Amino acid sequence: MLSFILRRLGTMALTMLCLTLIVFFLINLGPNLKKLAISQTEMHTSAEQLESWLVNHGYRQNFFVRYGQWLGVLPKQPITDPATGKPAQRFSFCNDPTEPKFSGVLQGDFGCSTKFKTTVAAKLFPALGATGLLMFWVLAVMVPISLLIGILAGMREGSRTDRTLSVASIASTATPEYVSGVIFTVIFASWLGWLNGSAASASQGLTFYNFTLPVMTLAIYGIGYIARMTRASMVEVMTQQYIRTARLKGLSFGSVVVKHALRNALIAPFTVIMLQFPWLLTGVVIVEVMFRYQGFGYTLVEAAGNNDIDLLLGCSLVSVFIVLITQLISDVGYAFLNPRIRVQ
Amino acid sequence: MQTEYINAFDIVVGVLWRFWPVWIALILVMGVSFAYKKRLGLYGQLFDSGVGIAGVFICLFWLFTAIFASTISPFDPLAQVSIMKDALPGAVEPTSKLIYYFGGDKLARDVFSRMVYGSQIVLIIAPAATGFALMVGITLGLPAGYYGGRIDTLLSFLANLVLAFPVILLFYLLVTPGIMDTPIPYAMAGLFFLFPIIFFSVLFWTRFKNRPDRLYILLGITLVLGGWIYVGLVFDKDPLHIVHIDPNQLNIFVAVVFASSPGVFRIVRGLTMDIKTRDYVAAAQTRGESPWYIMLWEILPNARGPLIVDACLRIGYTTILLGTLGYFGLGLAPESPDWGTAIKDASRLLRSFIHPALPPTIALMSFVLGLNLLADSLREQSMKD
Repeated sequence: MLSFILRRLGTMALTMLCLTLIVFFLINLGPNLKKLAISQTEMHTSAEQLESWLVNHGYRQNFFVRYGQWLGVLPKQPITDPATGKPAQRFSFCNDPTEPKFSGVLQGDFGCSTKFKTTVAAKLFPALGATGLLMFWVLAVMVPISLLIGILAGMREGSRTDRTLSVASIASTATPEYVSGVIFTVIFASWLGWLNGSAASASQGLTFYNFTLPVMTLAIYGIGYIARMTRASMVEVMTQQYIRTARLKGLSFGSVVVKHALRNALIAPFTVIMLQFPWLLTGVVIVEVMFRYQGFGYTLVEAAGNNDIDLLLGCSLVSVFIVLITQLISDVGYAFLNPRIRVQ
Repeated sequence: MQTEYINAFDIVVGVLWRFWPVWIALILVMGVSFAYKKRLGLYGQLFDSGVGIAGVFICLFWLFTAIFASTISPFDPLAQVSIMKDALPGAVEPTSKLIYYFGGDKLARDVFSRMVYGSQIVLIIAPAATGFALMVGITLGLPAGYYGGRIDTLLSFLANLVLAFPVILLFYLLVTPGIMDTPIPYAMAGLFFLFPIIFFSVLFWTRFKNRPDRLYILLGITLVLGGWIYVGLVFDKDPLHIVHIDPNQLNIFVAVVFASSPGVFRIVRGLTMDIKTRDYVAAAQTRGESPWYIMLWEILPNARGPLIVDACLRIGYTTILLGTLGYFGLGLAPESPDWGTAIKDASRLLRSFIHPALPPTIALMSFVLGLNLLADSLREQSMKD
């Protein structure tokens, strides 16, 4: 088991290295750097000035050198001030070093956000906290509801309840966040006026009024999927021999479901719920943009839209880490829950 | 000047009336399918359940809407009639006396016509991209599952690499205006569009190796047709100027294929690993068939059930992805009538006007729902066998 986890962690590190390299390559394409230079300098700068800004801020160094600096295996160089010729800070708003220093991701320095004029860490981690809060409420709503729907539907396969709930969950998987968000806003905010169509005020304090719509929108897409998986697993368990034995023993249907079926039927949904995280990540981006909630997704869109290199790298590192770690947890957890599975 | 309005009942009747070519085509196709359902195999079995009929109905509805879009929609989707800005549903356009059934949007375009034309974009890109993703996934997934070993390790690592990317981040990196100046989209298109040609060439080669009369004809057709489309799509140098794709759309297309082929790869690989232990594969191996013959003519036909179901779901998922791209304003032109862009434009103004938001959202939802229902009933049917 330990060697399995260690090997998986090794693959994970390799994957993250490859992915950050790809992201690094894609954000540092010529047109993107030019966009960055334009947004960072004054209006109407000539092409030479843009180029000299890029050279000055170290964006024209060798690609692998810069990647190494970001990673922290090569020292970060200070820039030379064109006026005085002395070494100066690369970005004054980030307290960049004035002498060469190893300061990359491995040392815990995520770099400097050119859009928000602060360090990436100062921007990214509060945003992650905000998104974590959103995720917590989404899971707290999504998991119980979807498990309940799945169990009720799978308990008696082919019954009227089953068919109704199945079609309902198919419908919910056909409703992406930007569709359900609009529909919910129209119904609950514009028509009924019960809820707030914007979660911008949620960063000051969560209330039912401003936080329900984002949570609902995000939960609805996942509910259908998890419910369907739970139903499939429940249907399979209900046809097993031991369920028939329990029924023939004279136990009531309810107690068979709760005591015998449920425990075995909930193993598969666990994996599905863990693997929902990568999907939720995309949903988070849509929902946070739609309801103007200042979280991780909002930061990612701002970083991507303004070609904020270090911030975007930080965001991709975090999201890739979340995807990989949830995969690992789901594999290990599955082996724990189901004693018939052995990891090799 | 006062704008005239028609009442809600007239709107409903009018909209249903505008769809008349769709209804006729639907009645014809559904009627014929229903009459001959015994002879139509898997497709015919769909008509045994209500869910299946609903799925076929919705998918065909949008298919015919896309085909007859120019007949159905009363207005040009890009035309702006300034007097109709933010007009409410049912407003009568004064010069032509035609009706803005679902009102006008903030740029005074007819919401109904835009919704109808939006279906064209979705119904071209989503199935085509899914088709290419299937080709790529199958061509790589079969050898990975069949041979195992190093090829499998390498290809699975690459597939997991792409799958570990959050989709949205991938699109922000791949579908930006800047990337069009670099050769990356064209290189990726050049790579992905090779796969169908390779796939069909190998398919025919393995089957008709010893029958040159059939082989040369089929290979010739594949190479000429494939090469023609390839040159038209990747280099935009079709000598006949028929095959053409906008650089924007090529970029989206490639990004969507790139994002969804690892999923197909994983499914094909898993199915192959399962099927290769069957007796008929062992029999083919004993006969001395080549590995690629076994993969393409023994394993693939037996994996078709789950693949068809997956393809249905995947078209729906691709539709959602296209909507996401439109919602973030990535790739598609800002005035394009596709549903995602329409939802984005309308959702910004929800506080003042809700009517431009509802038609595209309901259209997108219903199409994806139709595909999901179709997939669900296909799965039920193939489980029965």
